[in-house]
Amino acid sequence: MDNLQKFAVPLGAILGFLLLWEGIVWANNWPNYVMASPSDLPAAYIRFWPLFLEMGWQTLWRTIAGLALAVVFGTFLGMMMGFSRIARDALYPLLVGFNAIPKATLVPVLALLFIGQHDFNTVLMAFLISFFPIAVSVGIGLSTLEPEYRDILRSLGASKITIFRKIALPKTLPEFFGALKVSVTLAFIGTNLVEIVSPHGRGLGALFKSGETNGDYPLMFAVLIALAFLGIVLYYGVVALEKTFAGWAERPAH
Amino acid sequence: MVNLIDIKGVTHAYRTKAGPLPVLRDLNIAVPEGEFCAVVGPSGCGKSTLTRLVAGLMKPDTGEVWLHGELVRSPRKTVGMAFQNPVLLEWRTILQNVILPLEIVAPGMPKAKKEARAMELLEMVGLAGFENKTPSQLSGGMRQRASLCRAIVHKPDVLIMDEPFGALDNFTREDLWQTMRDLRAKEPFTCVLITHDLRESVFLGDQVIVLSGRPATTQYVMDVALPADRTLDILYTPEVADMLHILRDQIRIAQGRDGAVH
Repeated sequence: MDNLQKFAVPLGAILGFLLLWEGIVWANNWPNYVMASPSDLPAAYIRFWPLFLEMGWQTLWRTIAGLALAVVFGTFLGMMMGFSRIARDALYPLLVGFNAIPKATLVPVLALLFIGQHDFNTVLMAFLISFFPIAVSVGIGLSTLEPEYRDILRSLGASKITIFRKIALPKTLPEFFGALKVSVTLAFIGTNLVEIVSPHGRGLGALFKSGETNGDYPLMFAVLIALAFLGIVLYYGVVALEKTFAGWAERPAH
Repeated sequence: MVNLIDIKGVTHAYRTKAGPLPVLRDLNIAVPEGEFCAVVGPSGCGKSTLTRLVAGLMKPDTGEVWLHGELVRSPRKTVGMAFQNPVLLEWRTILQNVILPLEIVAPGMPKAKKEARAMELLEMVGLAGFENKTPSQLSGGMRQRASLCRAIVHKPDVLIMDEPFGALDNFTREDLWQTMRDLRAKEPFTCVLITHDLRESVFLGDQVIVLSGRPATTQYVMDVALPADRTLDILYTPEVADMLHILRDQIRIAQGRDGAVH
């Protein structure tokens, strides 16, 4: 019963959303070249299925690669900010300033720096756009660790590394996974930004672009839905990791 | 006789933006081996600073802290700590929480032996059967019991407790006093207990030290000449009532000198 509900409720919500979309398009009597409706999508998927598989995979692996870089670098920055006041004071303005820059403006910069390295540029953008939440949350998690937790091990002569491994790291995991859920969707935005903007791109973003060039609205919307689907898949991947490594933080429902 | 804990002429000030804030002034405390020393004093008088000094987590500006005839300069493996907040690790079971100090102090010890030692203590404090629960599944009193087990699992020479029962309701607190008494009978350790509960200090202590208001110095020392196997009833005897009265007067004096606390 509980499991049924777990799947039925989100699926029902998605179905409701699609019906609403279909209904609005139908009620306004919008033609295909103004707004596609869900019923136009299956035809687009059938027609371009091999492309969807190929481009979808392109987008997915580059997003995951960028995200992996963001996890490593973000955790490292977060540790520096969590353990050192000086690092915190020095890095915060830089990070916030960098994060405030619309990443679209960086696409031409990267494109000139690494001409022709489409895969590399895409991964780099996914990384640049998604490391910030991880760095901030790990930093806050570490710097707000109650001193008693540290004292219990410090009074036994434990090294800083031991204290980090046994207490600080596991205690920060819930915050880390919270940030990772935000970063997953951000990384997708980064990947697609490069795929759409750069000429001769690859991935779902490029497929969207070709749909736009050809005025194929059902294809464009089919790409959007495919992106949303990949986003959801990756998000639940993070949720599964969170359950495994930080499941203890979940309180039993009342 | 050599004292296990010897605090000699300790003076300490914290550096704040508004200038130095003296917290301890010429503090002297001596605790013989196996004795239970309860420290009471007005709030904010520097009691917690005292625990950090004894644990070797910080060094005093002047004066010396000796443990077992050795000058304390840094943390030692022979200390156990318990705080008002039980600070159990939520991602570990109760058993794994109690084992934690052994992982630091005796990394080579076989896991089964560590667990057996932890179970022995959990049984003593009445937590047998709860070893595989997580901290969030336990009540506040039970969490504090687990925290006590963790503080003594590695058989420390000195147990330092900073208001460990302060957040518990009265009846739970009295239960834990008796647990503490029983633990001491089976697991001898020297103990410094920071508290602001006078009844607690008399029930558990072999000596009660009253600290003055900030900067704290030793204002009054009371020897508690009560049997080791005292029961809660003893708190209602005229003898103890007199002792509590004296201590209350001392606290009043300590507060008056500070001027900030009424």
